[in-house]
Amino acid sequence: MIWQIDLAVLILVVICAVGALAVKDLVSAAILFGAYSFLMCILWAVMGAVDVAFTEASVGAGVSTVFFLAAVFRTSRRSKD
Amino acid sequence: MKLLSLALVILVGGLFIAATADFPHWGDPASPASRHVSPRYIEKTMEETSVPNIVTAVLADYRGYDTMFETAVVFTAGVACFLLLRRRDPRPEPKRVYRHVATGVIVEMKQEPAKEPSPSVFARIDDDWVPHDLIIMNVCRLLIPFIQLFGLYVIAHGHHSPGGGFQGGVILGASIILLALSWDLRTAMNRMAETATGLMSAVGVFIYAGVGALCLAMGANFLDYSSLGPLMFVDPIHARSLGIFFVELGVGLAVMATMVLIYKNLASEGHLDQGL
Repeated sequence: MIWQIDLAVLILVVICAVGALAVKDLVSAAILFGAYSFLMCILWAVMGAVDVAFTEASVGAGVSTVFFLAAVFRTSRRSKD
Repeated sequence: MKLLSLALVILVGGLFIAATADFPHWGDPASPASRHVSPRYIEKTMEETSVPNIVTAVLADYRGYDTMFETAVVFTAGVACFLLLRRRDPRPEPKRVYRHVATGVIVEMKQEPAKEPSPSVFARIDDDWVPHDLIIMNVCRLLIPFIQLFGLYVIAHGHHSPGGGFQGGVILGASIILLALSWDLRTAMNRMAETATGLMSAVGVFIYAGVGALCLAMGANFLDYSSLGPLMFVDPIHARSLGIFFVELGVGLAVMATMVLIYKNLASEGHLDQGL
């Protein structure tokens, strides 16, 4: 495990998480959440938990982002708070 | 109020980070988790189940109950989405919009036609959001068979490489969702109708529980695949490997159908006629 890569990925994870909470546009929030999942997937893979990384990539970054987008498409795009 | 919640979040987060200092180090061979069960699995999995990927053996064999009820949870989530979102009442006055396939001209029919026009001449399209991009549609059409092949590979090769029923099922479901995204929901519904998704997700759980019940019928414990050896004419160790494969098939089927079911209901507000 190279700690510089680890640190960079961890900082990006935090940025994506805070960004997903902060943005008003829900489509951006969904995409940021997908990016967050994908970075978590990289972290799992770096730690050697390849099965977990695979699940995170397919479920977290893939399908759940599409579910969020489908839900946003049928509701409103702007967050109220 | 916002400041108070921020202070609470920082306080609890700080406590969590402080607590991680007491965790054993990453990959520490002396940590409690790697002293009791892990060595047992690492040493015995190969000789007991002949499955090189220990994670798959633990998930589907040693901890088979957990995975069975995880599959049941996925199925329940699909059923919950179906019950909450599915609507039987028709959409208020749906517009009948068609695209002439050869020229791309869009026509709207004011009243219901006596006979539905042939889809190869006039294709029915959604009335509110109609992206139509030749490049996206054809690239996805070429890509989807390979995605599905990869999904099947992930399910079947879970014994030897990362992956298994859950990941492979999600990839298979995602390929159908990609079809709905790049073409439209109507095309995806023609490929995989509502009855098919519902039946497949139930059949997947049934396969898993059925394999377990078959072990019970063979006189062993529930989900003890080694008792299936006489049925498949293999030795008990190989039977455990094959048993894992059968339950992975069930998981894959259930997960794939549930993903498609959830997506269809979400994207079309439960009408299942048109959507993202």
